[in-house]
Order: sequence, then C-alpha cells, then structure tokens
Amino acid sequence: MKTLELRSEVTAASVSAPPSSWDYLADRSFRAMAQAGVWIILLLLGFILWSIGGKAWIGMRDYGIGFLVSTTWDVGRQQFGILPHIWGTLYSSLLALAVGGFFGVAMAIFLTQDFLPPRLAQVFRTIVELLAAIPSVVYGLWGLFFVVPAMRPAAAWLFERFGFIPFFGTTLSGPGMAPASLVLAIMVLPTVAAVSQDALRLVPYKVKEAAYGMGTTRWEAILKVMLPAASTGIFGALVLGFGRALGETMALAMLIGNSNQISLSLFSPANTLAALLALNFPEAGPREVQVLMYAALVLLAITLVVNMIGEAIMTLSSRRRVK
Amino acid sequence: MRRFVISVTLAVTALVLTTGPALAQDSVRLTGSGATFPFPLYSAWFKAFSQKQKTVSVDYQGKDSGAGIQDLTNRTVDFAASDAAMTDEQMAKVPGGVQLLPMTAGEIVISYNLPGSPKALKLPRDVYPAIFLGKITKWSDPKIKAANPGVSLPDLDITVVRRADASGTTFVFTTHLAAVSEEWAKGPGAGTTVNWPKSDKIVASPKNDGVTATIKQTPGAIGYVEFAFAKFAKLEMALIQNKAGQYVGPGGEGGPAALASFALPANLRAWVTDPEGAKAYPIATYTWMLFYKENKDPKKAAALRQMVEYCLTDGQKAAASLGYIPLPETVVAAVRKAASSIQ
Repeated sequence: MKTLELRSEVTAASVSAPPSSWDYLADRSFRAMAQAGVWIILLLLGFILWSIGGKAWIGMRDYGIGFLVSTTWDVGRQQFGILPHIWGTLYSSLLALAVGGFFGVAMAIFLTQDFLPPRLAQVFRTIVELLAAIPSVVYGLWGLFFVVPAMRPAAAWLFERFGFIPFFGTTLSGPGMAPASLVLAIMVLPTVAAVSQDALRLVPYKVKEAAYGMGTTRWEAILKVMLPAASTGIFGALVLGFGRALGETMALAMLIGNSNQISLSLFSPANTLAALLALNFPEAGPREVQVLMYAALVLLAITLVVNMIGEAIMTLSSRRRVK
Repeated sequence: MRRFVISVTLAVTALVLTTGPALAQDSVRLTGSGATFPFPLYSAWFKAFSQKQKTVSVDYQGKDSGAGIQDLTNRTVDFAASDAAMTDEQMAKVPGGVQLLPMTAGEIVISYNLPGSPKALKLPRDVYPAIFLGKITKWSDPKIKAANPGVSLPDLDITVVRRADASGTTFVFTTHLAAVSEEWAKGPGAGTTVNWPKSDKIVASPKNDGVTATIKQTPGAIGYVEFAFAKFAKLEMALIQNKAGQYVGPGGEGGPAALASFALPANLRAWVTDPEGAKAYPIATYTWMLFYKENKDPKKAAALRQMVEYCLTDGQKAAASLGYIPLPETVVAAVRKAASSIQ
C-alpha cells in the first residue's frame, strides 16, 4: 500500500513538475550528441571518398572512361580495364540474389505464417541466422571442396544437352560463375530471410484475419495480402542482400576463377571487383595502386547506385499503394 | 593483507626496474618480415638459432615479398626477405644502402591431376609453354602422347590453374616461360602478374594453397606451385625437359645442378631463367634476405651477421629435408663475404 502511494507520487511529480535544469541539460546534450553522430558519419563517408579519390584521381585522369570499358588488365604493359570485373560483379550478385532472394523470402513466409509451432520456428530461425556467422573463407573452402565437385556432373549434363543455350555454353572446369554465385546465394540468404521475416511480422494480424474473413485460402492470404503488405520491407531485404553480394570478397576470390572475360555461360570463370582489389593490393606497384583505387571508387559507386535505385523503387511502390 | 599486496607490488616493480635493462643489454631481438615462400625454412632456422644463441632472438613474419620490401623501406624491421630481390629503384629509397643476400633456393613444379594419376609425366620444351598459352587444350594431344609412350592419356580438357594474386612464384615461372618460348615472351611476358590468355580453361586461385587445392579438386588440371606445397599435398609433378634436352624432375639432384650451372654477379641478384647442364631442373630460383648496410645499433649488426653465418652453415644442412635447395659452396663463400658489409 505504502509503496503504491509512493510510486504514484513520484510519477505525478515528474509529469506535472516543470523540467529541471538537469532535464534541460540532458535533453540538450542528447540532442547535440545525436547531431554530432550524424555529422561524424557524414564526415567519415566524405573522408573515405576523399582519401580514395585522392589516390585514384591520377588513375582517373590517365585512363578516364576507357578504364571502364577496356577488358585488359596487364600490369607489365600498364594497360588497365575493369569491364570484365564490373560484369562479373553484377552478374554474380544478380544470380545470387535471384536464388538467395527466392529461398530467403520463401523461408521468411514459412517461418512467420504459422506453418510451424512457434518454438520450432524459433529453432529454424536461429539456424538460418547461424549461416551469417560462418566466415567467408570457410564458405570459399566449402565451395571448392564440396560445391564444385558436386556440381560437375550436372554441369557436364547441361552442357551436353543444352549447350546451345548461352548460359550452358561451356563446361565447368573447376572454379566458375555457377559455384561462386550459388555459395554467394547461401551467404546472402540469412540477410534476406531475417529482414523479410521482420517485414512480414510487422503486418498487423488483423489484416490477415480480414483476408480470411473474406473467404481467402491460406495461400491467397499470403500471396495476395501479406506479401504486398510487406513488400516494402521485403524489397529492402533484397537490396540489402544485393549490397552484401556486391561487396563479398574472399569466397568469390576462391571460387570464381579470376579470369578477365565476359561470358554469359554459368560455367565459365569470371572475375569481380572485390576479388580484384583483395588479390592485387598486397603486391601492387605505385601505378597499380592508383588504378586499383579507381576500381574501388567504381565499386563504391555501383553500391551507391544500387542502393539509391532500391530506395527510389521502395518510395514509388509505397506511394502507389497509398493511392 | 593489504600491506602484503603493496610490498609484493613494490618488490616486483623493483625487480623489473633493475633486471629489465640488464636483460635488454645482453639480449638482442631481431624482427624481420617478407616472403612466404621460404617461411617454413626460415622459421625452422630462427627457432634453432635462437636456441643456440641464447642472447639473440629472431622473429620472422611471412607476409609476402612486396610487404617485406615495404617494411624495410619504412624501417619497421631489422631485415626483410623477398623472392624477387629488390630493384635498384627500391634500393635507392633506403638511405645507407641495402645488402641483398641469397639465403636459399627453391624449385617451382608443374603439377597435374589426371585420372589414374600417371606418375612423372614428361613435358617437352615446346609443349608446356603451349599448354599455359592455351594452345594445347587436350591431354590426348599428339605432342604430349609422343613424349609419353605407354602412358594412357584421357581425352580430357586441360584446365590451367594460375595464381590470382601478384606473386614471386608467378614471376619466376613466367620468366622461365619467356626464356623458353618466344611466343610467351611476346604474349603474356614475365612479371608478378601477367596478362594471361583469355580462355574458359584458364582459372586462377589465390596463394600457393589455393592453386594446390584447385588442382587437387579439378580432374584435368595443370598448374605451377612451389615444390614444398606440391610435395606435402602429394600432387603429381611433371618431369620437365631442360635446355640440354633431358627430362628432370624436382626434389633431387636437379635443383643444386641448376644453381651450380650459373654464376651469380657481384650484387648477388640474378635469376636462373633457363639453366644449362644435363642434370639441371629448369625452374629454380634463389630467394633473398635484405639487410641495411648501416644499422643504428652495432650490437644488432653483429647479431645479424651471426644469424647469416648460422644460416650459411647449419642452416644449409636443414634446407633439403624441407624441400629447398642448399646453396652451392661458391655462393656460400660469396654471401659470407658480402655479409661483412652489414654494419
């Protein structure tokens, strides 16, 4: 009884009393700190751009746009071009997103739409999240020792039967686009699954009940009501996953074959920007460092553009839904 | 209790203060960094040397040749190691000068993965450059068959595995290819990274272990790695035809014969691109330690000279068992003489 009175007194006092000078101070310093935090992040981004750009600009001046469309990387003759790397980065990330995105969203539906008892769903969720904790180099080794040998018979069969389709136009010799993007898909899967689950869980339960009330089946409710309602969040998950795939380095360096060529075939070796940077920096000469910095800037720009496009699509789609 | 703690702390502090400088005066700690290729040998040497010379301890970090040169230039180490020695331009950046000393040598092997693992495949001089150029694409190629009568070679695509990162191994291997094949010299050329022919059947893996693993996992693969990696991964190694026309395998008499057939110049920097001599294994190379000619601390300079002397005497005996080539007597004498300029 006594404690209850005391508590009500305290709350009453803190609500009705004018803010003390301490409150003002706390409020203002919090505000200042938050602002400072934002500025520090912006400054840091600016600093990173400035320091990379500062090292890259000589390369940019000397190689210009030709750098982006040339396919030769020859240190001995000082010819540099990153078109195969740009192609490989985008192609592998898109493939990974297609596979990882499909399974990620499917998994999110499975784990949030009452298909499993809550406790079991929690176990599955933890297992999927564990995938994110595996280091990149372990994925690379696993790919080399398991995925590539496992894929070889299937690849040979596809090449023999469907070799006329450009996607299967070569044989898989070892490392290549298909094993690399498959492993990459597994790596983006936890990101896509986790963020999509959050998005689906944020849809109010009433929405689903209303759909059921209108006589939909479970799948109609999921596909026509729940997914569109959560689409903004799911799209965000896909953009995040794509960003992760673009920047992934070590596993790809081990699996993609690092060959500077542009091919539609899934079984050809290719190359990516991140792998180029990671593998060539340690022993790069002064000239090579400049062009590698230029390549880093290009990778940064690609990531930025992808994120901006994602942002724009999300805004557009949500605006249309409101109408 | 509290008093006890304080007195113990005081005692320990006093002990550290009095003995610390004394220890530092007697013992010298040397740090080095650089090439990973001789790392297994160097770490064995330095461990044994530190045990023998109680007052000197040596730490060596295997980063890579380029990083070693960088560390030496920035004066963050007492010595460095490099598979590619140092260029004159790089040496000019170190005030006082750099002494290059070849400490050991190694072989680069051509390894392959074929069904049924035929041992000691023979590769003629006109064949292996063509394989790495992507001109010979099948294991059943008549040129390979002609050199290996009696070996059943499958109708399998050849997958070339190369290094993806810039490396001393690639430098030595491509320098050799350029010496053997004019087409290679005019095409990809020699360097720590070269512009490889564009082909679906040429893939790249990072580091020696990556190449080794990829060869092991890919039927029909061929690639170049350092001898020790191929030996410990139990890869098949090809016999390579040398300048005299003989087929020689790695790991035997071939390495020392290659070094013996070749005289080092006064600056001790040269590459055995294509050794003469019937017994010589064609792809062998020295690897260097890099020292300052002017060390700030005379004690350190003395310790460094001691270390070199140990490596030249006891160290050379351990080299062969770890897969390296012991230096020829003439080279040991030249290195010993040059080591006196470490002051």
